[in-house]
Amino acid sequence: MPTVVIPALLRKFTGGVERVEVPGKSIRELVRSLGERFPGIEHQLLQDGDIRPSIAVSIDGEMATGGVLDTVGENSEVHFIPALGGGEV
Amino acid sequence: MAESTTTRDFKVIGTRPIRPDGVDKVTGRAKFGADYAFPGMLHGKVLRSPHAHAIIKSIKIDKALKLPGVKAIVTSKDLPKAENKLEQSGEMTVNPMYLSMNILAHDRALYDGHAIAAVAATSPHIAEEALRLIEVEYEVLPPVMTVDAAIKPGAPILLKDLRNNEEGDKPTNVAQHYQFKRGDIAAGFKAADFVIEREFNTAMVHQGYIEPHNAVGIYNSDGQATIYCSTQGAFDVRSLSSQVLGMPVGKIKVVPAEIGGGFGGKTTIYLEPLSVLLSKKTGAPVKLVMSRSEVLRASGPTSGSKIKVKMGATKDGKLVAAEIWMGYEAGAFPGSPVAAGALCIIAPYMVENFQIDAYDVVVNRPKTAAYRAPGATNAAFASETVIDELAEKCGIDPIDFRIMNGVKEGAPQIMGPPFKRIGYLQTCEAIKNSEHYKSKLTGKFRGRGVASGFWFNAGMQSSATVNIHTDGTASVVTGSPDIGGSRASMAMITAEVLGLPVTDVRPITADTDSIGHTDVTGGSRVTFATGTAVYDAAMDAVRQLIERAAKVWEKKPDEVEFRGGMLHAKGNGVPPMSIKQLAPRFPRTGGPITGRASVNARGVGPGFATTVIDVEVDPDTGKVQVLRCTVAQDAGKAIHPSYVEGQMQGGTAQGLGWALNEEYFYDDKGTLRNSGFLDYRIPTCLDLPMIETIVVEEANPGHPLGVRGVGEVSIVPPVAAVANAIYRAVGVRMTQTPMSPPRLLKAILKHRGATQHSAAAN
Repeated sequence: MPTVVIPALLRKFTGGVERVEVPGKSIRELVRSLGERFPGIEHQLLQDGDIRPSIAVSIDGEMATGGVLDTVGENSEVHFIPALGGGEV
Repeated sequence: MAESTTTRDFKVIGTRPIRPDGVDKVTGRAKFGADYAFPGMLHGKVLRSPHAHAIIKSIKIDKALKLPGVKAIVTSKDLPKAENKLEQSGEMTVNPMYLSMNILAHDRALYDGHAIAAVAATSPHIAEEALRLIEVEYEVLPPVMTVDAAIKPGAPILLKDLRNNEEGDKPTNVAQHYQFKRGDIAAGFKAADFVIEREFNTAMVHQGYIEPHNAVGIYNSDGQATIYCSTQGAFDVRSLSSQVLGMPVGKIKVVPAEIGGGFGGKTTIYLEPLSVLLSKKTGAPVKLVMSRSEVLRASGPTSGSKIKVKMGATKDGKLVAAEIWMGYEAGAFPGSPVAAGALCIIAPYMVENFQIDAYDVVVNRPKTAAYRAPGATNAAFASETVIDELAEKCGIDPIDFRIMNGVKEGAPQIMGPPFKRIGYLQTCEAIKNSEHYKSKLTGKFRGRGVASGFWFNAGMQSSATVNIHTDGTASVVTGSPDIGGSRASMAMITAEVLGLPVTDVRPITADTDSIGHTDVTGGSRVTFATGTAVYDAAMDAVRQLIERAAKVWEKKPDEVEFRGGMLHAKGNGVPPMSIKQLAPRFPRTGGPITGRASVNARGVGPGFATTVIDVEVDPDTGKVQVLRCTVAQDAGKAIHPSYVEGQMQGGTAQGLGWALNEEYFYDDKGTLRNSGFLDYRIPTCLDLPMIETIVVEEANPGHPLGVRGVGEVSIVPPVAAVANAIYRAVGVRMTQTPMSPPRLLKAILKHRGATQHSAAAN
């Protein structure tokens, strides 16, 4: 199963757990699986059905660009991190 | 130049042709935003708040409207309601409500210079006179100018709707808390033989671009608007203006003018929607141009900050723990680059145990905008000073200390995922082996300092088309405004792929109706991402050239090869054909050839730089003279080495200004007291030595040519390198920027007093 690394400030939803294995073949499925296991975390990651603009997703060390549509492999490692750049307009 | 890992045999890439826009620039033909003029054009001016924090009780415009020549006045009442919601906009995120509140103050003025109203008149002088006739009643409130003042319990609240991710429904000036941690910091510090803990403060500074913001707006009666302006991102101006004006994106066309500097500061909007609003009201084109004072008071500088760093190392020089607190001034609305700063602050090092807490704080200053590696320079000033001190405690050369602890491929980044191929250690080795670092620095009050820096670089969306003309020459069209020589790079990539001389390729920067969506010129992304689109578009053209040659030769496409700029038929007897020879046959083989590509680029290669600086300090005045400076930076592959070196020198020069002179100086009422270049002192050529450069080329495997971004990271190390050099010159650790003569002299006198006191006691 893919491994999701939970950002420090969202670990309150996972009881402090940093790395969790959850089923899913896409970011959408992973977030759904996370939400089922850790109620409330889904809302922190999603806005209008897609990844929040303030959050970026890294899949296997590569910054992903497809939001919830990106696919993940059986052994992928996924990180949710703050969206980088020059800040907020 | 250090060893290159890009081993392909290039013909054009890596050479140094003259810039394609050079003649227009030196003859004055290049058209900048303020050069645009149209029949019947009106001139706009903006009324700005004299108060840093005030409730706007009323705005009366009757008298001003009666002044002959005044055609229209707009206030926030003319803006549609904007949504309080975070959205993506290129390199940045945007909250339309706060953006609208920054364009024209709604119910409160939130910084000295905040736009209150805008006037259109038949001349700039009449517009200015009209500003004096607008009557604004303010209720002045106490200003909140620093992170400390803003987070203090009971501090005046700037934004009544602002809530953060931790305090529930409590009004606050803290917009966001970010946290990154790994390992066990208590155990890490327990293992440390040396622990250094210091607090740093950096001043708010401006990018200092020479060309002020400008915009000409034309609103047509058919509901279409055109904006001519100086911008790093025409598509961003379009989408941001659309949000502020409540107009569909498709009804706005943005034409990017030539740009006289941006450095991140021209990635957002100020005058653009005002020009359209005023044009809509008057039916005439309206031009607005900021004065220098307006640029400093009311555009987007970068954050001042307060940073506390505690780091520990074992006596054999291994970094074992870091605990960091960062507070960045966002300006009047949320959105400082503190998260980026947090992810950069110890990025060059392997630290197994760390915790970084970072806070985005609103204050009564102008809303910050991006500035070259946003957030990273402040951060590196703090961490690289402490690293230097730990190296000294361990008795290890500061470059060796960095090499011992430096990250390489496979090491985890602060945000978690491992680095792919990077060239950090190579930048350290390049400095270590440089003639500069090997030379001996002699003389009293002289010191040498080193520091390193990291920046992510960006990918994002770009589009390109490559047109093959009927004479076999080409043009390459992109949507990336050229702020650092990208026209040359795009032409060179096209020429390399097509096997043409670079002089046969004309690079064009298109408006928003003439090319596919292209994100902002920022994040050091253009040569990487737009370069990828250009490479792909040129390859698409090559594919079509092969098909056409196959038609001419009555062969299958897989029986034709393109190499060395020539089309070759497999087998014997058919002489090769150049693009010039094939071009006249386009009409009979299917028509014009246009290669196209649009990308959302992945495979970004992060950048590192390491800098060594020699200074001499005048111990009687505190003035610092930079004697020598060398910067090594990983470019991946330098498409045009002169422009890469130029970026390295430019970033370093800005870093030196940040280190030694530049600061926003506010009085106790929150009024900016140095809103001109005489008093806000950017470095001139008289202040700087020739900045020596070493281009490291550790190819980025995520780009077809090995390119990384090069536009930003060189600004990150200089502030810390200067501080470390000052320490070696006069024995004082500077923890506040700028390290200006009065501030340094005070530190020297304090240090001298302490030393004398200590000697007397002994």
